[in-house]
Amino acid sequence: MSLAERSAPPAPVVDAEEAARARSARINRIAKWTLPSLVLVLSVLAWHLYVTIAEVPHYILPGPVKVAQSVVEDWAVLWPAMLVTGRLTLLALLMAILGGVALAVAFTQSKWAEMSFFPYAVILQVTPVIAIAPLLQIYVESAFVAALLCAWIVAFFPILSNTTIGLKSADHNLQDLFTIYGATRWQRLRYLAAPSALPFFLGGLKIAGGLALIGAVVAEFVIGRAGTGLGLASTLLEASYRFNFGRLYAALILISVMGVLIFAVMSIISHLSLRKWHESALKREG
Amino acid sequence: MTRQTAPLGSRAPVLAMSHIEKTFNGDVVALKDMNLSVNDGDFISLLGPSGCGKSTALRLIAGLLQPTSGTIRWAGGQAAGDLGIVFQEPTLMPWATVAQNVWLPFRLRGQSYNSVRDDILEALRLVGLEKFQNAYPRELSGGMKMRVSIARAMVTKPRLILMDEPFAALDEITRFKLNNDLLKLKEKIGCTVIFVTHSVFESVFLSDRIVVMAARPGRVIRELHVDTPYPRAEAFRTSAEYTAHTREASAALHQAMELAA
Ligand SMILES: Nc1ncnc2c1ncn2[C@@H]1O[C@H](COP(=O)(O)OP(=O)(O)O)[C@@H](O)[C@H]1O
Ligand SMILES: [Mg+2]
Repeated sequence: MSLAERSAPPAPVVDAEEAARARSARINRIAKWTLPSLVLVLSVLAWHLYVTIAEVPHYILPGPVKVAQSVVEDWAVLWPAMLVTGRLTLLALLMAILGGVALAVAFTQSKWAEMSFFPYAVILQVTPVIAIAPLLQIYVESAFVAALLCAWIVAFFPILSNTTIGLKSADHNLQDLFTIYGATRWQRLRYLAAPSALPFFLGGLKIAGGLALIGAVVAEFVIGRAGTGLGLASTLLEASYRFNFGRLYAALILISVMGVLIFAVMSIISHLSLRKWHESALKREG
Repeated sequence: MTRQTAPLGSRAPVLAMSHIEKTFNGDVVALKDMNLSVNDGDFISLLGPSGCGKSTALRLIAGLLQPTSGTIRWAGGQAAGDLGIVFQEPTLMPWATVAQNVWLPFRLRGQSYNSVRDDILEALRLVGLEKFQNAYPRELSGGMKMRVSIARAMVTKPRLILMDEPFAALDEITRFKLNNDLLKLKEKIGCTVIFVTHSVFESVFLSDRIVVMAARPGRVIRELHVDTPYPRAEAFRTSAEYTAHTREASAALHQAMELAA
């Protein structure tokens, strides 16, 4: 027996198909992050080259370098503005959650409540908020409160409608089981309807997060013009009047960063609350 | 410890259905003049083609439906926890662990988990799932989910357990295994069961009383007795006695189907 033969490791038993699957999963995982990053880098580069080579004046389209400069130089203006818009959005979302869930529970507990009020919730939803905003500005003294109401109006409907459907979605046999065991109304809500509604509510929350930001931006555009606005959207609008395009783009980018952040946080909350049991949060094996 | 079941005819009454009639929407007669007395320790199968009112009968007993006429009386009145039910689907709460699912009947009576922990673990042990108490339903196979459902139905030591085609959706191997285990369980806790099935084999293997029903209108046409004593094990399935009983039950089922045709 030769030395080579003795020390050769046993041929690893690798299922070719399995290996291919593992490799493709790994590639997918990497590509999920690298591809969008690559697209970002290339677009910024193209933007930079276009602005430089075509000698586009900065009051028409500022280059990425100019925008980055604005973010840094105007940070003292942008950061407080971001806080205002952020507070507006989060407060509106919080109110939307409280209002939407409370109303959904009321709807499922009393069909009279649902019959009486649901149409008005729809009307509130389908009326463009931009048309309501000027009225709010007139009737509500505080600009912040008026803006908050605007953002709340757009954010609360997806929570209301999703939670209402969710509360009614409990399995029929489970409902029968609760009847057989003599469950009270409260127990039914707490132990059956609420957990059944959770995935629906979280779906609504994801949409509502984005809408709250849109509502806040719209409100700042309309209401902030009265000279009270200090949020990112008002800053953006003001910059456009002054042809300060560097600041305008900086504000725009920060708004979309906020949108992405809100979406990411909602997704994480949703994943953490459902990962143990709900199909949407499960990784399929194989 | 096993509980001895008294012979048929000398068992204490648990529940009596008399002259039960159930009509849906004014014209669909789901049950017509159904009479059934359930006695302590009975294993009753309701055997019949689909649409003959088996599920309706169970839902009436469970109080989920009210009869159009007739009465259902529990001997000595019905108390909380007297009834357990197993549906065709496991009907577990996906957001709750196995142990929390079994806790449900107690929880709805306001009893804390710790105060009934021993009962819950005992029920899970009886169905062979004590190691899975912290698992979520999605982690279990179809047969295991059904076992959890059975554990939940019997955890309150009910006087009567209703089962509506509980194994119909399972593969045959799992089904046989669960049939055997169900009998062992009955042996241990001496429960009274009404079991809905459209399988002749299942009804003969499990029960000592087979109530054969026909459709349109849903009604009882015969009651057969399978007097082979428990415990019945796998060997019973291949015995001459078993074959004779299945032949008899098949004939009754055919008769039921002809009556409806
Ligand atoms: N909720 C209901 N409304 C109207 N008809 C029903 C309802 N439930 C059952 N039925 C009818 O009653 C009859 C018996 O049904 P069911 O008890 O489910 O039969 P089985 O369980 O034996 O298949 C069927 O004709 C069915 O269509
Ligand atoms: Mg049925």
